[in-house]
Amino acid sequence: MLKTPIYMDNHATTPLDPRVLDAMLPYFTQKFGNAASRNHSFGWEAEEGVDRARNQIAALINAKSKEIIFTSGATESDNLAIKGVLEFYKEKGNHIITCVTEHKAVLDSCRALERQGKATVTYLAVDKFGMVNPDDVRKAITDKTVLITIMFANNEIGTIHPIETIGKLAKEKGIIFHCDAVQAVGKVPVDVDKCGIDLMSMSGHKLYGPKGIGAIYVRSKGPRVRLSPIIDGGGHERGMRSGTLNVTGIVGFGAACEIAGKEMAEETQKLLQLRNKLQAGIFERLDEVYLNGHPTERLPGNLNVSFAYVEGESLLMGINDIAVSSGSACTSATLEPSYVIRSLGVNEELAHSSIRFGLGRFNTEEEVDYVTERVSKEVKRLRDMSPLYEMAKEGIDLKSVQWKQ
Amino acid sequence: MAYSDKVLDHYNNPRNVGSFSKDDPSVGTGVVGAPECGDVMKLQLKISDAGVIEDARFKTFGCGSAIASSSYVTELVKGKHIDEAMTIKNTVIVKELNLPPVKIHCSVLAEDAIKAAITDWKNHKGEPASGTEGGDKKAREA
Repeated sequence: MLKTPIYMDNHATTPLDPRVLDAMLPYFTQKFGNAASRNHSFGWEAEEGVDRARNQIAALINAKSKEIIFTSGATESDNLAIKGVLEFYKEKGNHIITCVTEHKAVLDSCRALERQGKATVTYLAVDKFGMVNPDDVRKAITDKTVLITIMFANNEIGTIHPIETIGKLAKEKGIIFHCDAVQAVGKVPVDVDKCGIDLMSMSGHKLYGPKGIGAIYVRSKGPRVRLSPIIDGGGHERGMRSGTLNVTGIVGFGAACEIAGKEMAEETQKLLQLRNKLQAGIFERLDEVYLNGHPTERLPGNLNVSFAYVEGESLLMGINDIAVSSGSACTSATLEPSYVIRSLGVNEELAHSSIRFGLGRFNTEEEVDYVTERVSKEVKRLRDMSPLYEMAKEGIDLKSVQWKQ
Repeated sequence: MAYSDKVLDHYNNPRNVGSFSKDDPSVGTGVVGAPECGDVMKLQLKISDAGVIEDARFKTFGCGSAIASSSYVTELVKGKHIDEAMTIKNTVIVKELNLPPVKIHCSVLAEDAIKAAITDWKNHKGEPASGTEGGDKKAREA
């Protein structure tokens, strides 16, 4: 039996895998020690849990366990990477290269440094598929560039950037390369050595782990990357991130990484099959639907489409038993439509009309069939109510119309 | 965001959706908003020679509150004289639909749509029927 509401917003967060919960439970009430307590068994047990998790996470991304620094989440990891590098290497330079579709945690960290006069930042444009061109990165490099920060995969449109090429370029120029890999880790193979990544942000709750736990990978060799901490205190995590370790969260994050590593190949096949079925079903039933993001270089669970002539929030309202998200202005706090969709160079109306489906581990084919029908029916109903659809069908070019605002 | 019951009701059961013939000289059409802003309302009013609004139709591209605002307006204006309809303020719509502050622009757009439709009717009133289509098109593009 199909159960509603259906959760199809797995880029926002994922449910905790029950196996992860099982791994975490003993650490709440029995093995509750402080991992920094060095002189009794409670502390040792907690530390064992943390060490195991560090190994599990490192194994997933081909890193060494000591290169994993725990944080409260990817927002903190992004802040630490960007602010920490700029502070530590301030004698060397103050220029950052990033791109316009980065997560706000990256963009706003860069803007904060600009405001404080601590950095100058180049925000690279992306192509119509949302991909950054490595040549643009190369051209933007100056003798003051100390950091390149480009995400692995975009959280809205799923586009996977040419990370390996950018990593090589950074190595060649001796510039530190930070990668926000929140959406990619556990979903697609991520190898920090192969990709030349020096710093990498990760999050627990995007891969069926708990919320409130994240990590940053910090390369220890070739080159050894240094960071100035943004949180001072007891010198935990090799002085880069003070604060008592969130042992339960860390254990859960580790377990989630181990499961993701073991099941990735199989899960990717399943997600691709479901995603492609959803995409084909929607495109068969409706005209004037546009794919946002890269047709092939895209996260397996991601489908972001614009339904022309239908406003995103009104569509979400009509499919209220399905949890998805929209790039519509009306669903954002700022009343601006998605900056990611707008950066693709599509017309503004299509940004208002975009819906992001995020398929995950627990979605089923039955759910995909239900969502396909439900969405198609609602889009048709709203188009029958849409003056834009009517005008387009009458052959009026909407771009030629002088709108009264 | 939680929607009021009245917004949900209008969204799920919109009143008077559709279009009148463009050739009908008794019809005034108002199109307000812009696609890049995420809201476009088309309101059509069928107005008697005496200036009484006999019927109304709408089509709206926009969020649920925009759809509800225009749906409500079609009910509100029916039977009213155009002079009275011209005085309808957006606050009436806000109150009826319990719109939150971020959705007030939807009610403003609906108020503008009433004024635009009546103005269009006044502009082409008395013109021969053959010229109406052109007038209508002109109004859209004006």
